[in-house]
Amino acid sequence: MKKEFLKGLWNQHPVFRQLLGMCPTLAVTTSAKNGLSMGLAVVFVLFFSSLVVALIKQIVPHQVRIAVYTVIIATFVTIVDTFMRAQFPAISQALGPYLPLIIVNCIILGRCEAFASKNGVAVSLLDALGMGLGFTWGLFVLGSVREFFGTGSILSIRIMPAGYDPLVAMILPAGAFLVLGLLVALMNRIEEWKS
Amino acid sequence: MEKLILIFISTVLINNFVLSYFLGICPFLGVSGKIESALGMGMAVTFVMSLATGISYLIYEYILLPWNLMILQYVVFILVIASLVQVVEMFIKKYSNSLYQSLGIYLPLITTNCAILGSALFMVTRKYGFLESVVFGFSGGVGFSLVLIIMAGIRQELEDADIPSVFKGAPLTLIVAGLLALIFMGFSGLISS
Repeated sequence: MKKEFLKGLWNQHPVFRQLLGMCPTLAVTTSAKNGLSMGLAVVFVLFFSSLVVALIKQIVPHQVRIAVYTVIIATFVTIVDTFMRAQFPAISQALGPYLPLIIVNCIILGRCEAFASKNGVAVSLLDALGMGLGFTWGLFVLGSVREFFGTGSILSIRIMPAGYDPLVAMILPAGAFLVLGLLVALMNRIEEWKS
Repeated sequence: MEKLILIFISTVLINNFVLSYFLGICPFLGVSGKIESALGMGMAVTFVMSLATGISYLIYEYILLPWNLMILQYVVFILVIASLVQVVEMFIKKYSNSLYQSLGIYLPLITTNCAILGSALFMVTRKYGFLESVVFGFSGGVGFSLVLIIMAGIRQELEDADIPSVFKGAPLTLIVAGLLALIFMGFSGLISS
């Protein structure tokens, strides 16, 4: 049980190991705060989609399962999107179309198809929680690195001295690819050290 | 007409779907090892994307808006895309078996290709008309194919290069994509707004 939860946090990390859900990973991580909000939105959708998929797995015909899962996911994304727009309009504005794009985030469909549709409810929820939190810390780290180099602060708290000339490219699209590439390489290096 | 050309140029080169909106990264990292499969994938995406954006526009404008059903927007768009992909898959399977073999697992994955849902969502937020929506979907697909093919070419060359083991595979692809994004930023002066 514990293993199912922990694997998403490191060994099968969705961002750094499996490279899933790249579109929100790269797009919204211009700051640590945006990365964190997107991560938490994904945790919510992943948790409830896995719950529903694990509950109804017996009654869904095999041929239409992907369409059914997608509709379930789209429903929960609509809930998050409506909630965010009402409660946190600024964050909703910053995430823009990338919040609805959670629907096609391969992590969620991937976990529903590969795990929740084959396992019991409790294990599926642990798996979803682990993967979601793994995704969240990945996004938070990526957002922090980009915000640090691109603006000199993390979570809008100034860290570099006032004379620091920010590397604007880091918060532009190019920086997203470069930083993620370097972080994935770093993860590979850590795995090499461990073995 | 002028507006359509502007949409085309800005979507293909300046605001490229892959390099500046990060849409369609999964197939970009997965399939882009061979030029032929990159071309096939690009054509399939372009085709589905033009159709899906056009149909989504019609449904949004004539069904969702008059009936005030905007809350169903995401569910409806994703169903349109999923059914279209099914049709394209059956079509390719019947008429070109070799293409079907080479695209393999990636065809059903077009459903979860965020580029297609993304273009439908951008079409709504930018308030495009019908023709503009179709052109936008089409040029998004062309831009996607362009970058996919460039990437496939670079990766073929890189196969002979001696790279550190930790950078093999995804990290190197991401870094090359970052450099491509920097290069494509050079196009941003092409249209003065």
